[in-house]
Order: sequence, then C-alpha cells, then structure tokens
Amino acid sequence: MTKAAEIELASVTKAYGNTVAVHAISLKIPAGTYCCLLGPSGCGKTSTLRMIAGHESITSGDILLGNANVTDLPPAKRGTAMMFQSYALFPHLDLVDNVAFSLKMKGVDKDTRRAKALDMLKLMQLEPYANRHPAQLSGGQQQRVALARALITDPEALLLDEPLSALDPFLKIRMRAELKKLQTSLGISFVHVTHSQEEAMALADLIVVMNDGRIEQAAHPRTVFERPATAFVARFMGDHNVISGRVSQTENGSVTLSVPAGADFRAEGSAAETGEPIDIAIRTDHIRIGETAIEGFGFTGTVSNIEYRGSSVKLTATGAGIEEFTAILGDKVFFSNPVKVGEAIQLSWAPEDVIVLGRAGN
Amino acid sequence: MATVRFLGVGEPKPKREIRLPGWLPAYLQAAPLTLILACFLLLPLLMIAVVSFWDYDFAQMYPGFVTMNYAETLGSWVTWKTYLNTLKFAVIVWGITLFVGFWVAYFLAFHIRTAAMQTVLFLVCTVPFLTSNIIRMISWIPVLGRNGLINSALVSAGIVPEPIEWLLYSDFAVVLAMVHLYTLFMVTPIFNTLMRIDKSLVEAARDAGASSWQILANVIIPLAKPGMAIGTIFVVTLVMADFSTVQVMSGGQSASVALMMKNQMSLLQYPAAAANAVVLLILVLLMVAGILRIVDIRKEL
Repeated sequence: MTKAAEIELASVTKAYGNTVAVHAISLKIPAGTYCCLLGPSGCGKTSTLRMIAGHESITSGDILLGNANVTDLPPAKRGTAMMFQSYALFPHLDLVDNVAFSLKMKGVDKDTRRAKALDMLKLMQLEPYANRHPAQLSGGQQQRVALARALITDPEALLLDEPLSALDPFLKIRMRAELKKLQTSLGISFVHVTHSQEEAMALADLIVVMNDGRIEQAAHPRTVFERPATAFVARFMGDHNVISGRVSQTENGSVTLSVPAGADFRAEGSAAETGEPIDIAIRTDHIRIGETAIEGFGFTGTVSNIEYRGSSVKLTATGAGIEEFTAILGDKVFFSNPVKVGEAIQLSWAPEDVIVLGRAGN
Repeated sequence: MATVRFLGVGEPKPKREIRLPGWLPAYLQAAPLTLILACFLLLPLLMIAVVSFWDYDFAQMYPGFVTMNYAETLGSWVTWKTYLNTLKFAVIVWGITLFVGFWVAYFLAFHIRTAAMQTVLFLVCTVPFLTSNIIRMISWIPVLGRNGLINSALVSAGIVPEPIEWLLYSDFAVVLAMVHLYTLFMVTPIFNTLMRIDKSLVEAARDAGASSWQILANVIIPLAKPGMAIGTIFVVTLVMADFSTVQVMSGGQSASVALMMKNQMSLLQYPAAAANAVVLLILVLLMVAGILRIVDIRKEL
C-alpha cells in the first residue's frame, strides 16, 4: 500500500471572521515523511491539519496532494485519512464495523468488508477484540482501532490530531514507537499535530514549528534543535537560554550586543547593524561554571535555584540583566565543586556555542 | 457533625456524639420519597386493583371477590374495539411525533450553531405549554370548524365548493390535536441524546466518505435511539391514557379506553372502571417493557 504523495501548501490562509488563524503559510512535505506540526495551543497547527484533511474550508491558497489540487475536494476524495484526537470511534458499532465503516459507505458487500476489516485488525493485533465495542477497550487499544479505521481507506497521507494526548505517559512512549514503526513500514506521509517538543523530536523527519498562525521553522529535528531559527523556536524547544539585546558594536563578522541595564555579550557571524535588536541562544548543557570566561562569552550571576535530576543538576542563575539563565551540569561536574543558592558564580560558554537567532516574522 | 467553636474562647466542651447504626441514615434519606410514592402511587393502585374485584349495582359497591368485572370487560366486543381504536391513535400519533420530533431536535442540535440560540429556540418550542392542555385543544375548534379559518379560506379561494366536514370532530382532528400536544415530549429526549453525540463522530464519518444521508442512517439515528425510546414511552403512555382530546376533538364520535372508563365512572360503575384501568395498566406496562427490550436507555438516565 505504498503510494505516498507529496503534500504542498501554497500560501494557505484560514480566517474565522476577522481573526486570522493561519497566515498564508507555505510548506512542502516530501512523500513518505513523518512530519510534526509543533506549537503551543492556538498557534494554528490543528487548523492547518484540518484544512489538509478537508474538515475546514480554506480562506485562500491551495493544497496539493501529489499532483492533484485538493483544495475544494471533500475529505474522502483527497486520499488523506484523519485520526481524531478523541479517536471518534462509533460507540454503537463493534470493532469490525468501526474499521469497515468507510468500506460500507462505498457500498462494499458485507462479507468482503468484514474480511478486510478483520485483516486490518490482525495487523494491529486487535483480532481477539473484534466483536467488542470501543467502550470496552483501553486507551491504547482504542487508538489502534482508530489507526486501523483510518488506514483501511489506503490513504496517501495519514493526518493525526494530537494522537497521544489522551494516553498516560508510559503508554504515550510505547504508542509513539508503534506510530513510527507503522509509518516506516507503510511508507506514506504522516502529519502529526502535537504540542510536545519531546514527541516531535522522537518521531519526526520534519518538524514544523508554528506560532501565531505562522511557520517559525520547518526543518529536520536536529537542525531545529541545534540551529533554532528564532527566539520563539529556541524557547519552545527548550534547553536553550535566550538573551535579547541591541547591537552596540560591529567588527568584521562579530557583533556585541548589550542587554538593557546589563552586560555586553559577543556573537560571531551576524550581519546585524548597530542599534538593531538581536537575540542569541546558548544551549543549557553547554554552559560551564567556575571557569574564567572569554570576554563577552560569560557573566557572573547569583544562583537562584538548584534542582537535582539524577544524572544532571539544573542550576538557575540571575545577573547581568538576565532574569533566568539555566545551566544543566553533569552530576559529577556539579558535585566535585558544589555551589549553594545565593552564591555568586561565574558562568561561561564557548564562542562556537552562541547561536544568532532571526527575528520573528522574517 | 461538625463542631464550631472559637479558638481560645472558654473551655472546649466535651463532644457529645450521637452514634447511629450504619444502615439507618441511608434508610432515613430514602424515606420521604418512599412515603410519597407509597401514599400517592402504590396505595391508589392497590385500591383500584382491590375495587376491580368488587361487585356493584346501580347505587352501591359490595366488597367481595368476583371476577365478573374482568369477564365483562374482556368479553365485550366494545372493549376490544375501543382498545384497538386507542392503539390506532397511539400508533399514528407515535409515528408522526417521532418524525416531526426527530427533525426538530436534529435541526436544533446540528444546524443551530450557538448554544444561546439553541436555548432560545428550545424555549420557543415550550411556549404553547404556558397554557393548559384544554385551551390549546379548544383553540383548534375555530381553526378547523365548519365555518372556521381553514374552511372559510378554502371556500372563498374557490378551492373547495363547500366546507370540508372531516376537519373537525373526526379522527383527523384527534390525531392533529394529539400531535400538537405531545410532540414536545418527543423533541426533548431526542434533542438531549443528539446534543451528546460527539461532533467529531460526524467528521469521522465524513472522513470515511459518508454522505449526509449515510451519516444520518449509520451514525446519528443509531445513537439517537435511546432518546427516541424515551420519547416513545412518553407519547404512547400519554395517548393510551388520553380521554379529553378524544372527547373534544372527535365530538363524541370516537372512543378511547380512558373515555370508556370515564363513562363507566359517570354511571357509578366504579368496579368495572377499575377492572378496565387494571387491564390498561398491564397493557401499557407490557408496551413499555417491549420498548425497553428493544432499546437500551440506561445510558440516558
């Protein structure tokens, strides 16, 4: 059943009355990609997914699936299948009839469709429950039924709306491994909406970070984590300290930024002009404490909080005009030279760890 | 048994504990409703059942145990005809109220977007209930009568040469009035079940390629069945027990079981009426049991 197709959004906009939920986004999802739409609630990721699925009309722009423009097609004619957040299983039908529903709608006769549905349930290892009703299943089983029901239409792309949000943490991790395995074996594109960056990093080949109806960054998870494009992405992905300031000085490829009422920091490789606002990010696990910093690549702060996390220690400091600056230190490093809350410490980082961030909306 | 005392004020009083046996509070809590049901439902029913075995003549009832009342009730072809007539009304009115009630509820639940508008329109449905049954029924007379609104409009428009006779004082009039009186009893429970249908089920069905009619037949109607069953119980029991609508709207030309009982009572044949009531009660209970067998309404209660 591999007939994967590329999904392309061309300046797709969604407006509800006067409020614009999605601002003219363009995106290409290559065939056979596991794509995660990631963002906080209200960022337009679910609207985007529902527009691809055809459950939401498109205010302007086009959606292409393979070579076909599906903008005005009904959901079932698009070659996509959707898995709903609450799974939306029909409570009055048993599993076989739930899975066979789309075949019944197409007018496939009873024996054929029940046989096909049973095959699908076998694939999902749900055969023993075939005659049960959805209410008699656990959350994980319900999700597999929803998957089976979506996949029986033999779609070119599967759209998943926060598929793991209803599961407990343990099951979440198991089901996400199953999702990834399924996507790899089917070879079709999965578009998965989530607000969990951990989930997105674990699953995706392509992470699309959205904020306020716009795409902030669309790239491979490693790129998104190691080179976040904007301050929003760096903050949302977590594990980054973002320092905001204005450029006070430029000299051959290196800029100095000043934090209001604080210290100056340096960053390499920015073309920013003097006076412009600028954001830089430094990974929390690249921060060192107690070492003398190269000028512009560190500051002296006061420890405001220490959290022990087993293999690491999370240390939060304030100072130099920065309200919260986090360092993740290995437990060995921290306990060889422990500090207490309220002590002043030297925080530093290497010049190559500074990431210059773009401004939102660019 | 919370004790309130001001901290530091006076000596703390020794707590007086009233210990009740564990089972008592539950029984005490259930007692008021039990008493009401026993006095106003169980006792009258028992009395009717007892009286139905008594003997009577034109002036008096004689306590006893005779089965004559039942033999007379069940042995008379008039009774059977009346029961059949009542059942006929019940079936016709049930069919029409189910159809109308479902579509009204469907419109309210799926086509009205805002909850405020839904509430407003639902209240509009209940407005006729601000007047009494009798008044609503009687108000049909000037509409349907020989010189009523409809007939005079039809005649003056030249559609019919003379007034239509069967509009009033006919089975048609009885059914029309009953539908008017009882449709809301169908709308309310169905609306209730439809509101509980997860809208994403409709989307899931559409995603699976179902047309609007297929969604209706495969998703919405099966899920609305409990509401339909509750509405059916309301309407069927109301129609089976109705006597005023039948009397007024048929002009005495049609009979119902309850009307027959009323006539027996006005002739002081209380034991006969009581026997009739017991038979009707058993019939209605059997019908309700039948409905409950077909549709599981437990989730709705």
